[in-house]
Amino acid sequence: MELVYAICVGFMTACGIFLMLRGHTFTLVIGLTLLSYAVNLFLFASGGLTIGAPAVLSSNENYADPLPQALVLTAIVIGFAMTAFAVILAMRGRSDLGNDHVDGTEPFDRLAAEEKS
Amino acid sequence: MSLFDHLVIFPVLIPFFIAVILLFPSLNNAINKQRVLAIAANVLMVVVAFVLLFKVKQQGIQVYALGDWSAPFGIVLVADAFSVLMVCLSAILGLAVTLYASAGEDKTGAFFHPLIMFQLMGINGAFLTGDVFNLFVFFEVLLIASYSLMIHGGGKQKTQANIHYVFLNLIGSSLFLFALGTLYGTLGTLNFADMADRIPLLSDNELLITKSGALLLLAVFGLKAAMLPLHFWLPKAYSSTSTSVAALFAIMTKVGIYSIWRVHGVMFGDQAGELANIALPWLWPIALLTIAVGAISVLASQSLRVLCSNLVIVSVGTLLVTISVNTVQATSAGIYYLIHSTIACAAMFLLAGLIQQQRGKAEDRFVVARAMPQAGILGFIFALLAIALIGMPPLSGFVGKALILQSVTNASQAMWVFPLILGAGLIALIALSRAGTSLFWRTNGENTTALKGHPIQYLAIGLLVVLLPLMVIFGGPVSDYAQLAAEQLKAGLTLQQLNEVAQ
Repeated sequence: MELVYAICVGFMTACGIFLMLRGHTFTLVIGLTLLSYAVNLFLFASGGLTIGAPAVLSSNENYADPLPQALVLTAIVIGFAMTAFAVILAMRGRSDLGNDHVDGTEPFDRLAAEEKS
Repeated sequence: MSLFDHLVIFPVLIPFFIAVILLFPSLNNAINKQRVLAIAANVLMVVVAFVLLFKVKQQGIQVYALGDWSAPFGIVLVADAFSVLMVCLSAILGLAVTLYASAGEDKTGAFFHPLIMFQLMGINGAFLTGDVFNLFVFFEVLLIASYSLMIHGGGKQKTQANIHYVFLNLIGSSLFLFALGTLYGTLGTLNFADMADRIPLLSDNELLITKSGALLLLAVFGLKAAMLPLHFWLPKAYSSTSTSVAALFAIMTKVGIYSIWRVHGVMFGDQAGELANIALPWLWPIALLTIAVGAISVLASQSLRVLCSNLVIVSVGTLLVTISVNTVQATSAGIYYLIHSTIACAAMFLLAGLIQQQRGKAEDRFVVARAMPQAGILGFIFALLAIALIGMPPLSGFVGKALILQSVTNASQAMWVFPLILGAGLIALIALSRAGTSLFWRTNGENTTALKGHPIQYLAIGLLVVLLPLMVIFGGPVSDYAQLAAEQLKAGLTLQQLNEVAQ
């Protein structure tokens, strides 16, 4: 199970980073969302993966670490707020600057220019 | 328990409650009432911060267990000499910024004062907390307030700079969480003192994972502090936002520096066994390069605010040098320099705002423009601040730099530090003289329509400027206090000591 979990987190992080490397706010927001999913899963696993065990201390010897769950909850809430802000900012940027490139201007694309001419 | 026992949490609670009160409808629409309340709250915060400072100086480190849950199960706030000093600094800065903005800048958009309060709450919380995850939460509080403040008032320039700033910091926050997960996975705790206790006890196969987590944290704090490869966002962000916000941001890079000091200087410091001083081999070249690149950018700056932003980068590099020299003496010199550079840079940003306001379309660019109506007084303040920023006697910049140079005793380190810090001083001298001559002397005609500075704006700048000579006149007590802060910081705190103090 650990292997599958690790591969999932790794693949999601890779996808997130790939999307963020494209210089447009829309893909950046999607990439950030993927990255924050990945980081939430990662945090969740940081206390070790346990199945079928209560989260709080009981007479049972085997219990799941409750702290990462609390951390993930906090991280999710913060992530939501930040993503909402990022989306609004991206829309503001689109209307103020006229395009959705992060630098405010589309970079000069030589290939596209050659194709046109 | 009396109210006095809860003093440690006041710097976080006061701005929080005031911000909430400021959002009430009856206050939200009355800007004058907001100003009065915000200024009063800031004065109160300065008083509370200084009372806390004297308490810590007399009674030693104060620990406040939230909800009376003892560490490491609950979150604790730790007020030691260094963190309280930073809280005082942010309170003073907050007061100056609120005063300055009350002259009219707070009217350019909604919610200015509540946002400043939330920002101060995040900054104070980040300084006081004794728990890494709580540090993350306070980082987010100060960041989301800063995102909104940076774009406050609107405009194309601000939007564009804000997009870079926000997305970079969002990525930084994700990295922060990855680092925390990694550290929690191997150490099993997030309390600063408890982590420091457990790092030397790690088994061999956990060392590498912990090391990667720690260095990931260095990247995150480096982004906030604007250390070398991660500094590109700073000049644009600081120079395009509104004046008072830029001045408040002078302490934001210091939050990053402070965290590097706590985590990589102490937690992964001399007592960390196998992982002792893992960040230093990285920090040393980065610090030197940050000074060099910052100084070159200072020379290339075309306007006063960009110049000042680049001076912030130079001061970040200087502080990183004192972290990587890693002695008590260097730390205390660094703390003295940190106070000086924060105050001087913030004052320069505020002054740049007044200059911009009086030069009309030329703003603060180094071009020929009509003379400013209040050029005399502005020029006088500019000269004072320039002397302080360059590090010439008799102001505090000189003392700070002298202390830093004095603390570098190792010849192979001195070989790099002396030329770079002195060279950066020379470059600052050249750049600031050029800036001064073109702003104040290369004029043509008189600008009669320009808006004169409001007395409250001069009061705000004066409040900061007057601290610079005071730091020299009371240099003895201030450097003694910095020494105390450095000793407490370097000695570290074990979980046992922490819980003893809490009781």
